[in-house]
Amino acid sequence: MTKQHANWSPYDNNGGSCVAIAGANYCVIAADTRMSTGYSILTRDYSKICKLADKAVLASSGFQADVKALQKHLAAKHLIYQHQHNKQMSCPAMAQLLSNTLYYKRFFPYYAFNVLGGKGCVFTYDAVGSYERVGYSSQGSGSTLIIPFLDNQLKSPSPLLLPAVDAVTPLSEAEAIDLVKTVFASATERDIYTGDRLEIVVLNADGTRYEYMELRKD
Amino acid sequence: MESYQSKPGLLCNPEASQRTLYPYVTGTSVVALKYKDGILMAADMGGSYGSTLRYKSVERMKPIGKHSLLGASGEISDFQELLRYLDELILYDNMWDDGNSLGPKEVHNYLTRVMYNRRNKFNPLWNSLVLGGVKKGQKYLGMVSMIGVNFEDNHVATGFGNHLARPILRDEWHENLTFEEGVKLLEKCMRVLLYRDRSAVNKLQISKITEEGVTISQPYSLKTFWGFSAFENPTLGAEGSW
Repeated sequence: MTKQHANWSPYDNNGGSCVAIAGANYCVIAADTRMSTGYSILTRDYSKICKLADKAVLASSGFQADVKALQKHLAAKHLIYQHQHNKQMSCPAMAQLLSNTLYYKRFFPYYAFNVLGGKGCVFTYDAVGSYERVGYSSQGSGSTLIIPFLDNQLKSPSPLLLPAVDAVTPLSEAEAIDLVKTVFASATERDIYTGDRLEIVVLNADGTRYEYMELRKD
Repeated sequence: MESYQSKPGLLCNPEASQRTLYPYVTGTSVVALKYKDGILMAADMGGSYGSTLRYKSVERMKPIGKHSLLGASGEISDFQELLRYLDELILYDNMWDDGNSLGPKEVHNYLTRVMYNRRNKFNPLWNSLVLGGVKKGQKYLGMVSMIGVNFEDNHVATGFGNHLARPILRDEWHENLTFEEGVKLLEKCMRVLLYRDRSAVNKLQISKITEEGVTISQPYSLKTFWGFSAFENPTLGAEGSW
C-alpha cells in the first residue's frame, strides 16, 4: 500500500514575534500574545515573555513546547545560581548560558527563536545557539517585516567600527515604547501569525514595568 | 526481521518501526468551557477505525482524582494507557495520606510533561487532551497536544472543534454562563460538528465539574433537522456533477 497519511513531526511552528530595544538606561522587550498552529489560532492570550532574572528578560517564539522546556530549564539553572552565588545572574551571563543550552541540543534542537533583553543590552539568537550582542533586535514570524523598519529608524553604528561603538539606541524610553507599538501594529497588518495583544516589558533603574496594547484580532 | 539497513536514507524504517506512526481507532473533537460554577465538557462516543465507525460507546471523558476531568480526542488506546498512568499517579499521591490532593493545574502539568517526553522519544501518545477542573474555588481549563503544546483558555476545543466550535464560543461565551446556558452553548457546538464533521456521531455525553465533584451525563442524542434546502440537493447547479 502506498503512503496516504502525512508523516509525524516532532515540531510545530506556533508563530509570534519578539522585539527588544536597548537604550543607555533602559530596555524594552515586547512580544505579541497570539499562539497559532497552521491557519488556526490556538489562543489569543499566551505570554511569550519570561522574566528570568532582575536584569534578564527573555522573549521567545517558535515551537511552544520547546520554548516552555527551555524557559523551565533556564529558570532552574538560575535558581541554582542564586543559591551558589547569593545574587541574580547578570544579563551577559544569562546570554552565554542560553547559548550553551541551545547548542547542547545542536542535533535535536529547541525550535526556539529568542531575544534576551537586559539593562542597556540586547542579545539575539538562532535556534542552535549562535548569538550576538546588539542594540535592538527582532525574532519570530514577523521579524522579516520588523527588522528593516527598526534599521531605518534607529540607524545603529556599524559593528565594524574601530574602536567599537556601543550599539544602544539614542531614543528616550517613551520614544522606544512608541516605536515598539508602531512596529507591532504594522507587522500585525501583514503577518497572520502576529496579533491579538502586545505585551511590553520595560526594564529601567526603577525596576520592571508591564504594559499592554490591543492588536488586530483577524 | 528485516534489517534496518534495507532502506538507506531513512532514519527509521517504517516496516520495522516500534512506535506509533499513525493512529488506529480515533475519537473526534472535545469541546469544553468555563461557566459560573466550574467547567462543562462535551464529547461524542464514536470510535473511528479510519473512516469506519468501529465503536459507538466509547467514553472519552473521565474524572481524574477529586478535582479534575480529562477529555481526549485521537488514539483511544493511547488515552486508555494514559488513564492507567494517571490512576497510578493519583493512587501514589493518596498513599501519602497527608490530606493533600493533586488539583487540575498539577494534573495538566503532568500531562504536559508526559506528552512532551514521549515526543522527545519520537514515540508520541496520539492525542489532543482537554483538562478541566475546580479546586479551592479556582476554575481551570487547559489543553495539551500530541507534541506537548499546551495552554489555558476560557474555552477550548480539539480537532475540528477548533475550526467549527471555537468561533461560536468566541461569539457567545461569557464569564457568567449558567449551567443551562453552558449546556445549550455546548449542544449548539456539538450540533454544528455533527452536521459538518463526518466522524462525529449523534451519541454524546456532557460532563460537569464543580467544587462538589464530577458528573458525567448518560449518553443522549441531539435533535437534528436535515430538511435545509442546502442539504436537499447540494449538487444542484454544479453542472457535470452527480
